[in-house]
Amino acid sequence: MDEILNINNLTKAYDDINVLDHVNLTVKKGEVVVIVGPSGCGKSTLLRCINSFEPIREGKVILDGETINPCKGKLNEVRERIGMVFQNYELFPHKTVLQNMILAPVKVKKIKKKEAEKEALALLDRVGLSGKKNSYPRQLSGGQKQRVAIVRALMMNPEILLLDEITAALDPEMVREVLDVVINLAKEGRTMVIVTHEMAFARAVADRMVFIDGGRIVEEGTPDDFFENPKTERLRKFLDSFSYQ
Amino acid sequence: MDPEVLIDYFPRYAEAFLLTVRLGFTGIFIAFVLGIVSAFFMHFKVPVLSQFFGGYIEVFRNTPLLVQLFFIYFGLPKIGIATSAEVCGAIGLGLLGGSYMAEGFRSGLDAVSVSQTESALALGMTGGQIFFNVIFPEAFTLSVPAIVANVIFLLKETSIFSAISLMDLMFTAKDLIGLYYNTTEALFLLVVFYIVMLIPVSVAGNLIERKVRYKMFGA
Repeated sequence: MDEILNINNLTKAYDDINVLDHVNLTVKKGEVVVIVGPSGCGKSTLLRCINSFEPIREGKVILDGETINPCKGKLNEVRERIGMVFQNYELFPHKTVLQNMILAPVKVKKIKKKEAEKEALALLDRVGLSGKKNSYPRQLSGGQKQRVAIVRALMMNPEILLLDEITAALDPEMVREVLDVVINLAKEGRTMVIVTHEMAFARAVADRMVFIDGGRIVEEGTPDDFFENPKTERLRKFLDSFSYQ
Repeated sequence: MDPEVLIDYFPRYAEAFLLTVRLGFTGIFIAFVLGIVSAFFMHFKVPVLSQFFGGYIEVFRNTPLLVQLFFIYFGLPKIGIATSAEVCGAIGLGLLGGSYMAEGFRSGLDAVSVSQTESALALGMTGGQIFFNVIFPEAFTLSVPAIVANVIFLLKETSIFSAISLMDLMFTAKDLIGLYYNTTEALFLLVVFYIVMLIPVSVAGNLIERKVRYKMFGA
């Protein structure tokens, strides 16, 4: 499989503290990489570095063979190719579901409004929300908002999708409807990097698991190895914290 | 109260009303533009310009309109800039209003969370696209109540215009009282004309507020 994303020796620091310490990670086309780790370990920061939301101190991020250079002008073109979904949905509150979805395709990709709407409706239908196309975000539940946020990102047809704790702000009964959408995307062969605390979901969706602690990748492997035979003490402890037996 | 006096005075008030409305709305338009521009530079902390407009806001928010008008009307001719009283009135109102509008718009801009910008950036949008399609509409919605309050406040401030001999409603009332001593009739018409001017503005303001805010906040 082709390599789509290559994070090379990436270091991110606030003052003298390295929040990400020489991280190396590659993602192949169609692969789903799930990143887990304790709060504050740097996993969300890693996603934000991929998208150049955070300046990095050292190393580089290579997207499809091209080094992302955080000099302005080209950044929006790079971000166009990287979809991102946030913990708090971040839909545009003054726009309807449909308007939210077609804004970037129409403005950025210069797609005709009619075509964009057609595409948007097809996507909404797939996540069971075609009835909500004219609703405003305030009229939706958290789970519905997050599903809209996911399909809004898909509208740009990104080469890779970054999901940053997308169920962390949801009520438990809404987590499922959102994660089902993600699992379907994985089945379709979407390339995704997912940060999550939902271990059962991680195991179901991941091709590869990555455990980050203290800004370093401590362990990575296939889901089965990762959950059944953790090699490091730190990962074992981390996984134990999710079990109540 | 003598109805004949009221009828007699009516045309003069009507004329003053038109002048007041014309200058008032010209001033408000200037205030609007000035307010948006200042708020933009202040919010994005554009070097030099944000300090410049910050200074402007402080000066004009903290001096009375009367003093500002005296400065423009009597002061500027001394350094060779002379214009008509009407222009002075509209500009004075615009400058005062701009400082108030700026703070109104800025509170709206500041209230839009940074993550809204990030989510738009993540979709590949450019700074300009984000400002005009995401940040500004949201900020405007949040600012509407403050803006409507400012518009009403500025229309009432036009009563100061009489100090630079503009024949607005206030001037007309004072003039007629001085000439004919029909104080009751003159003041009655003054109140009526201000109400006729402001109630529609207030009603329209409420309608706009409800319409604009519906999207984000519901009915």
